[in-house]
Amino acid sequence: MKKELQVAALENGTVIDHIPTEKLFDVVNLLHLQEMKTPVTIGYNLESQKMGCKGIIKVANKFFNDEEMSRLSVIAKNMQLIIINNYEVVEKKDVNVPDELKGIVRCSNPKCICNNEPMPTHFKVTDKIRGIIKCHYCEKEQELTKAQLL
Amino acid sequence: METRSLVTIADMSKEKIMYLLEMAQEFEKNTNRKILDGKVVATLFFEPSTRTRLSFETAANRLGARVIGFADPKITSGTKGETLKDTIMMVSNYADIICMRHFLEGAARYASEIAPIPIVNAGDGANQHPSQTLLDLYTIYQTQGTLENLNIYMVGDLKYGRTVHSLLMAMRHFNPTFHFIAPDELKMPDEYKDYCQRMGIKYTEHKDFNTEIIKDADILYMTRVQKERFTDLMEYERVKDVYILKKDMLEGCRDNMKILHPLPRVNEIAYDVDESPKAYYFQQAKNGLYARQAIICDCLGISLDDVKNDPTILK
Repeated sequence: MKKELQVAALENGTVIDHIPTEKLFDVVNLLHLQEMKTPVTIGYNLESQKMGCKGIIKVANKFFNDEEMSRLSVIAKNMQLIIINNYEVVEKKDVNVPDELKGIVRCSNPKCICNNEPMPTHFKVTDKIRGIIKCHYCEKEQELTKAQLL
Repeated sequence: METRSLVTIADMSKEKIMYLLEMAQEFEKNTNRKILDGKVVATLFFEPSTRTRLSFETAANRLGARVIGFADPKITSGTKGETLKDTIMMVSNYADIICMRHFLEGAARYASEIAPIPIVNAGDGANQHPSQTLLDLYTIYQTQGTLENLNIYMVGDLKYGRTVHSLLMAMRHFNPTFHFIAPDELKMPDEYKDYCQRMGIKYTEHKDFNTEIIKDADILYMTRVQKERFTDLMEYERVKDVYILKKDMLEGCRDNMKILHPLPRVNEIAYDVDESPKAYYFQQAKNGLYARQAIICDCLGISLDDVKNDPTILK
């Protein structure tokens, strides 16, 4: 039986794969995809052997930089970026947690200075495996996946 | 901008701690000087703290500096909606160094990143209070002649007590053995017990507080059990008198043992303990002066050699 593609193939651009379905729109917001001028295909509730159910995003003619990649790491582990050139996969990149996060997530401590001044937040990643970040200002630790995006 | 601010003592090296303690010792020998003649020290207290403010201001005054600042945030433009950044930038135009207390955590760190002059953290919310830690270390060093291999007993509110947490972290260089004496509701948080394990620091937890438990103590660090920390007031009533140090408990303790307390005390040390030679909390508070003189000078780039060979000492 012929296997049908659930989402149309991309000529040039980036595929963000293995997005947890419930996080799909967080990825859209985080990368400001709603402001893009090039075609963006968003797949929701797709079947996945690995995850059961997943989201996928295809962005034509867009290649994300390291800073954008590190922003993605806040949303979920194990996502993958697939770089497509002329319908061919040229590179697969795993989304890695960076050493620091600046201006991406909110500090969960209401008494932290960064929630009370017009200033960017700043976290150090203290445990990449468990996904623990520590506020550079109030020094409180929190879980990356529970962190609220700015 | 890179300045010599003091925001936290948690990541300070052993060498730096000993260096500052040696400097404090010089200030204890000769407290009154003109080494800061012509300097302006700002004390900005966005949250009132009379004890800490007086200590910083005395430290500056006895070194010949002039002091500006405010003791009560109600009189500042913060109440008009001014940001911390604007206040810090404005005061940086006037002063050579800022000693600040703030109710928000991380305020001093942020100020140190934006200010062109050094910032000394005089307490930021429940986070850090490095000058208190330095004066605690100085007092331990002064009374024991060393910081190495001591038995340190911490009593009372070990959950919210910022001073005990900072002291615990600063002592990691000196192979201490800790004993944590607290009710369940106020016991040492796992975060700090994990820290001890990672750093190879020995500790034992106790719920009872009596002569037998404290007989091997070199330092007995008392803190206040505050009613407002309890969710269950029945529990407070049950434990409030358990963690009171009474004079008769000191019999059988080591001769070198000293009782410390960050003050203010309420009733956790009975008043008759004050007469005991083991009571050391008032001298401890006095040491705050020398510790803060060392901190201010270090942040202003004045070295230990400058302090030792200071021609401005007033006899």
